[in-house]
Amino acid sequence: MEFLSYLITGISLGSIYAIIALGYTMVYGIAKMLNFAHGDVIMVGSYVVFYATNFARTSLLTRLFGEAPPALASGLATLVCVILAMVVCGVLGIIIEALAYKPLRQAGSLAVLITAIGVSYFLQNAAQLLFGANPVNFTPVVSDQLTLFDGQLRISYVALLTIVACVVIMVALTVFTSQSKMGKAMRACSEDRGAAQLMGINVNSTISMTFAIGSALAAIAGVLLCSYSPVLQPTTGSMPGIKAFTAAVFGGIGSIPGAFLGGILLGIIEALAQAYISTQLSNTILFAVLIIVLLVKPSGLLGKYVPEKV
Amino acid sequence: MKSYFKNMKRATKVDYATYAGVILAFVVVMACKSLGLLNRQMTGMLVPICAYICMALSLNLTVGILGELSLGHAGFMSVGAFSGIIVSMSLSQTVPNELVRLVLALVVGTLIAAVVGLIVGVPVLRLRGDYLAIVTLAFGEIIKDIINCLLVGWDERGLHFAFNFDGNQNIQSLGLSENGIEIIKGAQGASGNDRIATFTVGFVLVMITLIVVLNLVRSRTGRAVMAIRDNRIAAESVGINVTKYKLIAFVTSAALAGAAGALFGLNYASVNAAQFDFNTSILVLVYVVLGGLGNMWGSIIATVVLYVLPEALREYADLRMLLYAIILILVMLATHNPRLRDLAGRIIPRRRGAEADG
Repeated sequence: MEFLSYLITGISLGSIYAIIALGYTMVYGIAKMLNFAHGDVIMVGSYVVFYATNFARTSLLTRLFGEAPPALASGLATLVCVILAMVVCGVLGIIIEALAYKPLRQAGSLAVLITAIGVSYFLQNAAQLLFGANPVNFTPVVSDQLTLFDGQLRISYVALLTIVACVVIMVALTVFTSQSKMGKAMRACSEDRGAAQLMGINVNSTISMTFAIGSALAAIAGVLLCSYSPVLQPTTGSMPGIKAFTAAVFGGIGSIPGAFLGGILLGIIEALAQAYISTQLSNTILFAVLIIVLLVKPSGLLGKYVPEKV
Repeated sequence: MKSYFKNMKRATKVDYATYAGVILAFVVVMACKSLGLLNRQMTGMLVPICAYICMALSLNLTVGILGELSLGHAGFMSVGAFSGIIVSMSLSQTVPNELVRLVLALVVGTLIAAVVGLIVGVPVLRLRGDYLAIVTLAFGEIIKDIINCLLVGWDERGLHFAFNFDGNQNIQSLGLSENGIEIIKGAQGASGNDRIATFTVGFVLVMITLIVVLNLVRSRTGRAVMAIRDNRIAAESVGINVTKYKLIAFVTSAALAGAAGALFGLNYASVNAAQFDFNTSILVLVYVVLGGLGNMWGSIIATVVLYVLPEALREYADLRMLLYAIILILVMLATHNPRLRDLAGRIIPRRRGAEADG
């Protein structure tokens, strides 16, 4: 039973990594760049939700309903706040892409990487100026927990929500990329940008759209992450960002199911290592597994093996 | 003499100019120092700048010459720093001369970092591109975590090591005798160290690093490494042993980073493993990329400018890192945007075409 609860923690943590990793992998697939600022978009999204829900709680809901607003109203308000954060992050993603990455589209991948690091520094420091360096306490979007088997197994609703959100996002993205026109355009661009352009696909708007979707997902990931560990500060996004990036590579970067699988596996490894082996070494074990997997399968679990042409 | 300079290759001239520039900079700084023109803050920056120059030069060997992106270079720096501190602290009674101790610490730091570089390099160099980058990142984090668990002490019976993997041990578990020295205390790192690093030794280390890197690059080995970077398959088909040359470059790079780390570590009274994290690796990578890949004097200048810049912006306190980020982005855009580069090329006609980047 103990094992089951650790496993569920791992899956829900992994779901958060998976959602972040989706953003990395989509951007990588289409723009062939590692968007290091992605982790900081998570942080921006979390701050938006934090301030928006605070505003909604203190001003709107109390004015409308008095001291105890009905659960439906506060739930609806939270949902609106999350959607707001998604929109803000989506727009932020488009702006970042247009200002910092678009001018470098012909440049080498390292130049873009350093620019992305610059953007990451910028977001962190701008957040520090705007919101202060001190951590704030994030109120989880849902509280309480589910008790099963006479209290032997407790599952927080946040964990359930995270897993459900991840599955829904995963399914929605798969449908989107395989069915919709924009999704097909994305796949075409990631396959061969030049050929896609010749077929009349607007590459620029497709890339912008990818950034928007990835960043909107980052906002959701931010809310879930801060509900999982409710401390929010300007550097909140960086370590989950790195781990999600690892997850994306683990699953095979550029592959959407790979990001999902990599994220979940990483979360499970981390949670189980923390529970059974050593808290200090959980990251070491996680990275060691990554190294071993990459040595056996050098392009990740689900990555495409591209043979070299001479 | 004149014809000697005339017949010299352009690359050789650049190399000599780099040596001359570094020596000149050292002389100028020493002169300023003796005239009392440098304040405390500036003199405090000299040794870290030397250490970071060595880091940037050694990373440039991996990223610019070998052409593989490494995101865990600070791991080697960390190994060098802590092995240097262990040597310096445990020899503090037997070798009272600080200079000898510093040199010993640097040598041991270099050697141990080279060994770690070999251990890391053998699996890492099988991979390519972003996968290689992520594995170097992973190794950097692993090294950081392991040093975070490391407990080291010294007494008359010798060195004592322990690993605090379960989180229940502390420095007392080593069972040191009364006059034992607690050297590394797990996550707290090493504190109360002798600060024996000096700017002169830093300068010598920069020169040695520069000589090693430039001679490697201009040698047969360096040409083989660059051939692998430019086209691995072609290099392999003309009989270059890819694994061997990749390893030579990678291990040299790790060893030099270890030396830089030892210098850095011995400049502070207190050092901990968290200082050498992913962000430090990225910082050095920024120096290398901004200085120009494969361009050694570029790395040196970029390191000095980018290290001094945040300090110079200190009067803007809160805004300084923001300004740093904006400057970083703008410089990258200005140097890598084709349109802006064309413009620059028209103004400075001697500027040669695009350098190889990534």
